[in-house]
Order: sequence, then structure tokens, then C-alpha cells
Amino acid sequence: MNTPREAFARTAARLVGEDLSVALVYAEISGQYFGDVERRHPDRVVNVGIREQLLVNVGAGLALTGLRPIVHTFGSFLVERAFEQVKLGFNHQDVGGVLVGSGGSFDIAGGGRTHQVPGDVALLDTLPSWTVHVPGTAAEVEDAVRLAVAGSGRDYVRVVAQENGASYPVRPGRFHVVRRGAGPVVLAVGPTLSTVLAATGDLDVTVVYANVVRPFDHRTLRAVAGETPEIVLVEPYLAGTSARLVSDTFADVPHRLLSLGVGREELRRYGRPEDHVAAHGLDAAGVRRAVKTFATAGRGSSPTNEEPRTLVSRESGAAS
Amino acid sequence: MTITDTDRRATGLGYDDLPRLMSLMTGDEKHSHAATSTLDVVWVLYDRVLRVTPETVADPGRDRFYLSKGHGPMAYYATLAAKGFLPVSWLSGWATWDSPLGHHPDRVLVPGVEISSGSLGHGLPLALGSALGIRAQGLDARVVVLVGDAELDEGSNHEALELAGAMRLEQLTVVVVDNGSSTWNEPGLIARRLATEGWAVATVDGRDHAQLEAALSRRAPGRPTAVVAEVEAK
Repeated sequence: MNTPREAFARTAARLVGEDLSVALVYAEISGQYFGDVERRHPDRVVNVGIREQLLVNVGAGLALTGLRPIVHTFGSFLVERAFEQVKLGFNHQDVGGVLVGSGGSFDIAGGGRTHQVPGDVALLDTLPSWTVHVPGTAAEVEDAVRLAVAGSGRDYVRVVAQENGASYPVRPGRFHVVRRGAGPVVLAVGPTLSTVLAATGDLDVTVVYANVVRPFDHRTLRAVAGETPEIVLVEPYLAGTSARLVSDTFADVPHRLLSLGVGREELRRYGRPEDHVAAHGLDAAGVRRAVKTFATAGRGSSPTNEEPRTLVSRESGAAS
Repeated sequence: MTITDTDRRATGLGYDDLPRLMSLMTGDEKHSHAATSTLDVVWVLYDRVLRVTPETVADPGRDRFYLSKGHGPMAYYATLAAKGFLPVSWLSGWATWDSPLGHHPDRVLVPGVEISSGSLGHGLPLALGSALGIRAQGLDARVVVLVGDAELDEGSNHEALELAGAMRLEQLTVVVVDNGSSTWNEPGLIARRLATEGWAVATVDGRDHAQLEAALSRRAPGRPTAVVAEVEAK
């Protein structure tokens, strides 16, 4: 098995072994992967226990002495629970580091809301200067972690279980044009690419892929969008997280934007990750329906007669 | 602002000059300096304990002082000015638009300032990380972090106190300036708690320079060091 999370753990362990200036800090989570490297490098591999506030500031404190810290736990505890530590420990101290959050929006579907973090990128987006990696395969995870650790800035790597069928180079500031068409541009972020390709196989659309979403590649998006930009943004976390950046890209021209992603509503459902993907309309059927409706609306005719998918929450019991 | 060699040279200023330097910020010659709980601890650290000078602020092997309790940094700025880390001329006009000196220090703006602080409960965890970094790199240096007694209300400190004790992190010293400002503290509780967590603890008069120097210079092998510096109640 080579899951994205295993790819992260193996890469982090190798980097600690290869480079005396790299340190790994974690908080029990993923400890099953780090036993060997911790025994070999006890000074640079530190398990702080179940102490996430400390986790992040220990990483920043290591950086203050010149080391390059890799700081890891589930994204929920890394970015949400310890957000002020991220803001003050890294940004305000002006030190670099590599935060690696696993679990994503609903890898741990059975764990419920406490272990789901669809808001991590939106929250980090309130801070300047983070490079946000959203690798879509295990191979991209390895490339992203290697690239991030080799740098000196602030990097967040979002490691999730869902994977695309193909890997692309990891180049911060560069999106990849996967397919050209005459219709709308679908920007597939991270592990949504395979779904987007399946959803739009016979539709006349352009598909652009981002495995690094901050910095945002305005240039590529602008280049493929034509004179009347129509953009469908498909993000594996909170819907609309990158909408402001698409808006910035086309500030000087009329454009249309549809933002797909994880809804704000708390579903109070367990199940499997695929169930959540479908519930938020991020499966191939949901993306296809949304793209077709959006494209049709853009041509000024009436929308398709397909029913929009009904999202039922246990909280409201009502369709949204 | 840039620092010139003239700014860096020994100023000849001493402890007795601190009230005047602080009054450049506060405009209050008589009262503010006496009311500054951190004054003597900070002065003794820079005058007698820490191995750091304006010339070695970027030296990996320097001793580090982390002012975690960033509120009321007048004594800190005055000491840094007296020791030549920053120009005395910076002190007047502090916290104005053009001044690098704010009501909470910013390490990016002020030479010699090791951490930016203001939000309580961050300095000790940062210091623990830096002590680990010093240890991992085999550097002969230490980190001294100043916290207030009320600052220890913040739970983030306790994550660090536990781990530093468990890891026997002798590169780390915490000095708690105790002016009785925590609503729920009780006398002796901080020292007992630190001792329970495995720290080598000394409680001293926070105005007595000889006691402070002795306690802050001591490093216990295989244990982090804590100094509770008691000063008059707020």
C-alpha cells in the first residue's frame, strides 16, 4: 500500500535522515509511521503528546533556531485548534515551516465533525504568504513535501486519501491545463481532478488542474478563459474558498463563476468519504449536473430540466 | 530604521539610567519604573547572565531571552537601549506610526528582540521548541523565557511545562515574575506545580539583584530551571 498519508510519512522520515537541518514534530497522530526515524534521530523527531497548541509553537521555536520544521497532525487540530499558534508562531514571528495536515474534509467520515476540516484552507487564507499544496496523488504528496521542506517559506500540505488517476508536476504558482474546450473552464483543485474529468468527458469544456492552490495562478486561468470568462471552481474543501481569487483574476471583465465544494452546513452523517463527496455534489454526477446547468445558463436559454440534487441534513430535515 | 556602528557601541548607560530611559516612553519620571515588575529581572539577565551582545544577536550560539509577557515592555526597551541593542533615540515616540517600538515588541522591527509577543501563553512553548533546536544542533546556549504569574493561567503554558520536565530539557529556563496578578493563584502554588513537573525551582526576591543573578545563572543538569521572582503585588 502507498496511500498519500504513508507517502508523507515515508518522505518526512527520509528528509529527516538526509538533512540535519530538518526536524519533525508530531502529536501522537501518525506515530505508527515514525517509530524508526524517531529512534534514529531522537533530537530531531519529537512527539509532543496530545498537545496541539504546543505542537505548532514547538515547530516555530525550532525554526527560530534555524531548523526546518515539519509539523504534523490531523488538519482539524493543526489549523483550527491551534490557529493562533499558526498566526503568531509562524507569520508574526516571521519564520518558515511545513505544516502537514491529514484527514482533509472527510477522510475520517465515521469520526464525525470533530475530525473533519473542510475549512482549513479558508482559515489559512486569512493569513498572508502560505503556499498551500493540495496534492491529488501519493506521488504528488511526496513531491510537495520534498519541495516544501527544501524551501524556506511557510507551506501547508493537505494530505487526503482521495486520489486522482494521474500525477502532475508540483510547481507553486503554476496550474496545469489538462484539456482544452470551447465552453467553460473547470478548475479542478487537488483530488477532484479525476472526478471532474469523468464528469465532463463529453462536454466541451477546458479543464485546469491545481495541485498547489496558493499562490493562485491567475495567468494560466486568464490565458485559457477567453474573452467572456465562465469558470467552474471545484474545490475539495469549503465551497468558494478560492472564489475571491477567481474574481481578482477577472476584475476588469464581466465573468461568471460557479463555486463547487463542501457546504457550510453540518450534515451530522457518518458513512464513508464517498458518501460525503456525493452529499456535497462533488461526485461525477453532481459535478456534471452543475457544469451543464452553468453552461446552459450562460447561453441564455432555460436551464436543463434535470432536478438539482437534494441535500438532506438531519439538523434541518429540509432540502437545501 | 537602520542601526549604525555608533548606535551599537557601548553606551555607558547603567541600571541607574533606566528610570530616565523609561520616562522617555512614559513621560513619568517617578512612578512607572518602580511599578514595572519585570525591570530588575530583565536588567540582571542582560547585565550579568545572558551571553548575548549587540554584535552577537544573529550568532546561533547566543543565549536567547524570550519576553513572553509582552505587555508593559518599557523596562525591556530601556534595557536593550542601555546595552546598545537599539538607539536611545528610538525610545521617545514609541507606539507612534513611525516607531519600531510598540506596546508589544515585534522581533521583525526591533534588533535584539527574540520573539514578538503580546498574546499570552506563546513564549514558553516557543522557548521549548527553541531549546529543542539548540539541543539538536549541539549548541552551548540556553533560552530564558519570562512569563507573568497571571500569564500562567493560559493552558498552553501547561502543555509546555509538562513536556519540558518530562524531556529533561536543561537548555530551558523559565522566570516567572510573580506580582500576584492572577485572580486564582495562591502563594507557593506556581513553585509547587513546577517542582511536581520535574523542574529545578528557586523562589527569589524579584528586586534583589544578587539573588536573581545566582538563581538565573544556575542550570540544573538534566532538568529545566524555573525561577519564581516575587515582586510587590500589583
